[in-house]
Amino acid sequence: MSPNNTLSCTDLYLQIGKKVLCDNLSLQIEPGQTWAVLGLNGAGKTTLLHSLAGIRAANSGQIYLNKKNLTELTRHEIATQIGLLLQTQQDPFPGKVIEHVLIGRHPYLKALQWESEADYQIAIDALTTVGLDGFENRDLQSLSGGEYQRMLIAMVLVQQPSIYLLDEPINHLDWQHQHQILGTLTSMTEQKACSLMMALHDVNLAARYCSHTLMMFDHGQIKSGRTADLLNTETLEELYHTPIVQIENEQGQMFSPS
Amino acid sequence: MSNTQGQQSNYVPNVARQKAYLQLLLLLAIALISFIVALTSGSLSLSFSEVFSAMSSDTNQLHHQVVYELRLPRMIHAFTTGALLALAGALMQVLLRNPLADPYILGISGGSAVFALIAIALGLVGWMVSASAFFGALLAMFLVFGLARGQGSWTASRLLLTGVVLASGWGAIVSFVLTIAPQGKLRSLIFWLMGDLSFAENFWPSLITLAIGILICLYFARSLNVLSLGAMQAQSLGLNINRFRWQLYVIASLLTAMAIIQAGNIGFIGLIIPHLLRLMGLRDYRLLIPGAVLAGGSLLVFADTFARSAIEDTALPVGILTAAIGVPIFIFLLYRGVKSV
Repeated sequence: MSPNNTLSCTDLYLQIGKKVLCDNLSLQIEPGQTWAVLGLNGAGKTTLLHSLAGIRAANSGQIYLNKKNLTELTRHEIATQIGLLLQTQQDPFPGKVIEHVLIGRHPYLKALQWESEADYQIAIDALTTVGLDGFENRDLQSLSGGEYQRMLIAMVLVQQPSIYLLDEPINHLDWQHQHQILGTLTSMTEQKACSLMMALHDVNLAARYCSHTLMMFDHGQIKSGRTADLLNTETLEELYHTPIVQIENEQGQMFSPS
Repeated sequence: MSNTQGQQSNYVPNVARQKAYLQLLLLLAIALISFIVALTSGSLSLSFSEVFSAMSSDTNQLHHQVVYELRLPRMIHAFTTGALLALAGALMQVLLRNPLADPYILGISGGSAVFALIAIALGLVGWMVSASAFFGALLAMFLVFGLARGQGSWTASRLLLTGVVLASGWGAIVSFVLTIAPQGKLRSLIFWLMGDLSFAENFWPSLITLAIGILICLYFARSLNVLSLGAMQAQSLGLNINRFRWQLYVIASLLTAMAIIQAGNIGFIGLIIPHLLRLMGLRDYRLLIPGAVLAGGSLLVFADTFARSAIEDTALPVGILTAAIGVPIFIFLLYRGVKSV
């Protein structure tokens, strides 16, 4: 793992069909930062993450990984730096949890190489981190939705990137695991100088865990900056087209649809 | 959840892999048994020691001929055909991300057969027929991929429907070409529609193709594991999926074409074998690839031996047998739902 990697984009323009998702976005994700991506369904959160991960070409604009244009890097070079958690996943083939998670080591193995003891230990550690210790031999089909989601997170951890792009990482997760996973991820970004950007639907979790926030409005408008500066009833009402109230309690402030 | 890193696990990777190697050894033993069965049984029943002495000397002229000129080549044909088809099926399943994919069901074999047949009808021989069959397989793959994909992604039902419809279309073309072509010049209808090993001649081309195919597939095996997780996931794990898909596509077509030229349109091997191996626990393609070669080869050797010796004085086309095994398994898989295969 090589920390201190910066992912940035300039004049990024994304479009699906006739819908403009993101117009003229310039952004810099620095090591140690945790970003929330907020927006309505279909606002383009997933498309943005896919583009930043380099698996979907931008309509125009440039994306840089450490000042190198993403299009000039090989898939393999990108895979050792950027880990992407996809939102929809299904397995047509049977398999065990450990086998699935170990596939995340792919970028680090040569063509005919088998996983080493060290690779297994990395996988076991990642499963422990997401609270799935002892699940190594479980069949994929026997996992609940939340357990499956945590296994996918473990697979991204096993990839050991320095930049994590996570599409709705807390999908299917209960409150306990939402907080455990987000807590672990954010403390990891601080300790290891990684960076993290994740699509979320829970504004309060964004407020609690993310240093920065990116909001995707209609027609490709974007607001980005420090979470504390951005999250207020005014911008949230504009973002979600819903009346929103701010509730003060001993934990701080909370937002809720009114 | 708290970071208890470095924790020891109850999962022991070496034991799991040793078990898989033992299973591969078992498959190797089954393959050897299939060889013995194939060499000893038939209209002239030979004992193991008779086969052995016939192979080492030609004192008994009849035995020597039966073993060397009939049974041994036919056994090699059956084994390579089965192995080629099982390998092609395994690759197509990754390519389409669907455990029901099989060269026969999806009409790849059919397309290949049509083009081989047309080449023969036009008077072409040798490698030109093979090239034509290869082209036919590529074209059929293109059609299935293109049509089944349409606007969206490959759904299982759409893929299967497209493949089945195209397969019956290819079957009709086979019948048409055979109807208008000069008699006696072409192999039988059964060969091109059901598969039959009675016509096999030179086994070297397919044996060499198989050997190269195994090496390439083993080299790609871990990438196959990655691609089986889906295109986007594979990309984010560092796989250049466009190039890799093309490579798979060409190799699968080549393997299918070689099987077709040698044995006609034999079905379901590519479906049955990878499924059985996954049931055994050989899910990792690094284990599934050698397993598919051994199991696919032996299955067809057993099936062909049974087909030529089950009914006295009648040699059944082996395709009838593979269909008899394959159809119930296919329906079972479909019934149980693709997801829980």
